[in-house]
Amino acid sequence: MGTDSMPAPQGIETGLDRTQELSRPGTYLELVHSWIVTVDHKRLGILYICYALVFLLVAGVEALMIRIQLFYPHNDFVSPYTFNRLFTMHGTTMVFLVGMPILFGFGNYLVPLMIGARDMAFPRLNAFSFWISAFAGLLLYYSFIGGVGLYGTGSAPDVAWFAYAPLTERPFSPGHSTDYWAIAILANGIGSIGTAINIIATVFCMRCKGMTLSRIPLLPWLYATVSFLVLVAVSPLTAAQAMLLIDRYLGGHFFDTQMGGSAILWAHFFWIFGHPEVYVLVLPAFAFANEIIPVFSRKAIFGYPAMVAASVGIGFISLGVWAHHMFTIGMTSFGNAFFTLSTMLVSIPTGIKTFNWLATLWGGKIRFQTPMLFSIAFLFQWVIAGLTGIMLSVSAWNWQLHNSYFVVAHFHYVLVGAIVFMIFAAIYYWYPKMTGRMLDERLGKLHFWLMVIGFHMTFDVMHFPGLLGMPRQIFTYEPDRGWTLLNQIVSVGGFIQGIAVLVLVYNLVHSYFRGVLAGPDPWDAWTLEWATTSPPPAYNFVVDPVVASRRPLWDLKHPEDPDSAFE
Amino acid sequence: MKSRANLVRRWLFAAGVLLLSECAWSAPSSTSIFSNKTTPAHQLNDLSMFVLGITGLIYVGVSSLLLYAIVKFRARKGDTTEPPQVFGSIQIELSWTIIPILIIVVLFLTTARVLFSVQDAPKPKNALDVIVVGHQFWWEFRYPQYNVVTANELHLPVSSKDAPRPAFMKLTSADVMHSFWVPQLDGKTDVLPNRVNEMWIDPHETGLYLGQCAQFCGPEHAKMLLRVYVDTPEQFKAWIAAQQRTQAELTAVPGGPEGSANEAAPNVGNEAGVVQAAATSKAPPNSPTTRGNVTPSMGEQQQISARMGQYVFEHEACISCHTVAGTVATGRYGPDLTHMMSRETIASGAVPLTKENLLAWINDPNQLKPGSLMPAMHLSERQNEQITAYLMTLK
Repeated sequence: MGTDSMPAPQGIETGLDRTQELSRPGTYLELVHSWIVTVDHKRLGILYICYALVFLLVAGVEALMIRIQLFYPHNDFVSPYTFNRLFTMHGTTMVFLVGMPILFGFGNYLVPLMIGARDMAFPRLNAFSFWISAFAGLLLYYSFIGGVGLYGTGSAPDVAWFAYAPLTERPFSPGHSTDYWAIAILANGIGSIGTAINIIATVFCMRCKGMTLSRIPLLPWLYATVSFLVLVAVSPLTAAQAMLLIDRYLGGHFFDTQMGGSAILWAHFFWIFGHPEVYVLVLPAFAFANEIIPVFSRKAIFGYPAMVAASVGIGFISLGVWAHHMFTIGMTSFGNAFFTLSTMLVSIPTGIKTFNWLATLWGGKIRFQTPMLFSIAFLFQWVIAGLTGIMLSVSAWNWQLHNSYFVVAHFHYVLVGAIVFMIFAAIYYWYPKMTGRMLDERLGKLHFWLMVIGFHMTFDVMHFPGLLGMPRQIFTYEPDRGWTLLNQIVSVGGFIQGIAVLVLVYNLVHSYFRGVLAGPDPWDAWTLEWATTSPPPAYNFVVDPVVASRRPLWDLKHPEDPDSAFE
Repeated sequence: MKSRANLVRRWLFAAGVLLLSECAWSAPSSTSIFSNKTTPAHQLNDLSMFVLGITGLIYVGVSSLLLYAIVKFRARKGDTTEPPQVFGSIQIELSWTIIPILIIVVLFLTTARVLFSVQDAPKPKNALDVIVVGHQFWWEFRYPQYNVVTANELHLPVSSKDAPRPAFMKLTSADVMHSFWVPQLDGKTDVLPNRVNEMWIDPHETGLYLGQCAQFCGPEHAKMLLRVYVDTPEQFKAWIAAQQRTQAELTAVPGGPEGSANEAAPNVGNEAGVVQAAATSKAPPNSPTTRGNVTPSMGEQQQISARMGQYVFEHEACISCHTVAGTVATGRYGPDLTHMMSRETIASGAVPLTKENLLAWINDPNQLKPGSLMPAMHLSERQNEQITAYLMTLK
């Protein structure tokens, strides 16, 4: 049954033939024009990824400046004003201009390919979403030159990335920097919501013949979950930005405590976005792991239904945990207990996912190419990030840990140790599909080892100043607190990570021109994106694919033992 | 190759644990959350040890399984066959669902017990009331039972088993959000405008405890430091008594009939202050109106300087923001300076209180603490010295 329901994927035999693409006629202007007006999900995906990588470098430089400032107590490398702008912009950029775009970029590129579609459901909405997000990023950074703050022109937002009211209100934040922040986030939110609608519609309406819900690869499943989360979580943030702007420009008093407004209201609005946002970022990372770990273990993912259920479960539970960012804000003991329990509950589906990855490795024949190296490091780091998360959910202990460097270390463990590591894995894994060339494996391993060393120097050590009482977002610290040496190790690690990222950038550019040709299926993988050429033609598949199992290419490669026989 | 990858990771982890033990327990950090000196901090510490133990065990278990899988199931050279395909097992899925649920029940119940016992602790009758008001970028402390107002340096009596005297604090903010955090005494409590939060501290050991604002509140968030002195009951009593006196009483002959008469009503001094200020401004510098606390050794010049300083202080904008009880200075925007010299630091713990620092601070607060809301008054060098001399008399 399995073999004849799957037509031979068109184009595999022509995978090495890039003549059509390389001999494309036209000037540079036409090339640029074609990228700007494109509605092709693959090109938009690549645009998202490149845009995010540029901002990754920018926000990385901001992080390194922060680390230089904190190298010595009472250092005056930058002024307190500049420092506050740096960490505000670092956080805002990394979340809104790096994390979300790069993950949406991969989603854009991969979701239609993996479900055998020719494009997203709404290609023009897709282009609109990208360009409005790009506009938001430029607007935010224009504040460095165009903003007018308290201290003269050239004032970027300096109210921290969660922008707690009433510090953002007119009396405490005169000038325009906070407005740049609010409007950029608002515009970015519109783009995110557009992409989320698009992904949901694509996953539920555009699947190829034979791809029932239980045959959707895990990556599109997780992206659908993420998209629902974006719809529910980004909307309150957008609403809150509108309210903030009403306060600042139309004399509203939502968050204006001096006129009876509420500071806690903002905190609720922000974190009901902010916590699901963590899962918006980490579920795509899980999605990459769900694709990469089985291929490099040479085994099907263990417990597919449990993985889907756990992902959707994480999505639901994550909507009810936001106030664990507010254990010290003065909630009742009952409220604190509720959010302790709900937060701890997240660890159950998360644990299920971790154990399923472990079981996927178990009994496999693991190949240690660069994507897998990053995925394995991700597994170890994710376990630590999850466990420090449990520590933080213990509300009574959280009173000590909250807003300290322990928290900073914890969420960087999630954002870097899990998400960035999986983004790197995804880049190594799908770069051949996107460009037709392999990334250099030796540079990849160098990148990996520098990243692992730098990451652990920075973020393992960063927990300890927090335990020793160092609060976050301070531009300098006192020499008598025992934080100096720890901060110095953290800073050195940060620079090693910086070098690692430069190695990646070099590899991306170098391999684009010099890399080994990849062919359609360099990793011997099983999902539909590997059934077409690398890079795929604009229409993705010559003939619409038809699938009979979760791993159509496995069926094709192993006609004697097809998955479809077990369904 | 792969086992080396993990060896490195294990090694790093071990180094981390080593660092933890080095730093958190043996290093003399005055702000470690593990060296607690009060009842609530002690409870939080015990809870944290329990949670650390459980999560540590989970980590060791899961990571050794991962490590084993990676080493054991690595692809051998030249082996191109595919391993057997396993798609899942309901029994195994159930086992790693139910066991974590049990662990979470234990963790939650333990947490809830500490949570309720700390947060809903009843307030004993003899508790010390303290009101904490957060300002950009300093702390105001009020003792409503004693009618005392001070800034940046909080004094609390030690609480012993025989004579328990916990401090129950109400916290609010005058402007933006702050957070009160002295790690050795208790966890954080956020300080919000338009809202009153509560916390309590039951200190067991005397000493100086350091902390700082833990909620980003603007440019000088990092220099919004906290100092809590836990005194013996006798020291505390003496401190309160000293703080209760107004400058009007102090400037009168100490122990004289006026001083002791005013003891019962500490806030009476206002009018007297006005009169005195007027007198100061008119009186020739060396008139015999005398101030009791000016010792002869200070010298005539010093005394004149202080007197002139008070004149400048009271005729410039200083009094719009600062209070010196018993004088015309009744501003509420900045720290109360009535007993400024009883404090060890200025600018919310940013620098020690010395003559040089005080002079530099008055000359331009933004030099010492950029972003401070106190403006430079652009006075002459001489006037700055006079104000400094005056402030140095505010014992």
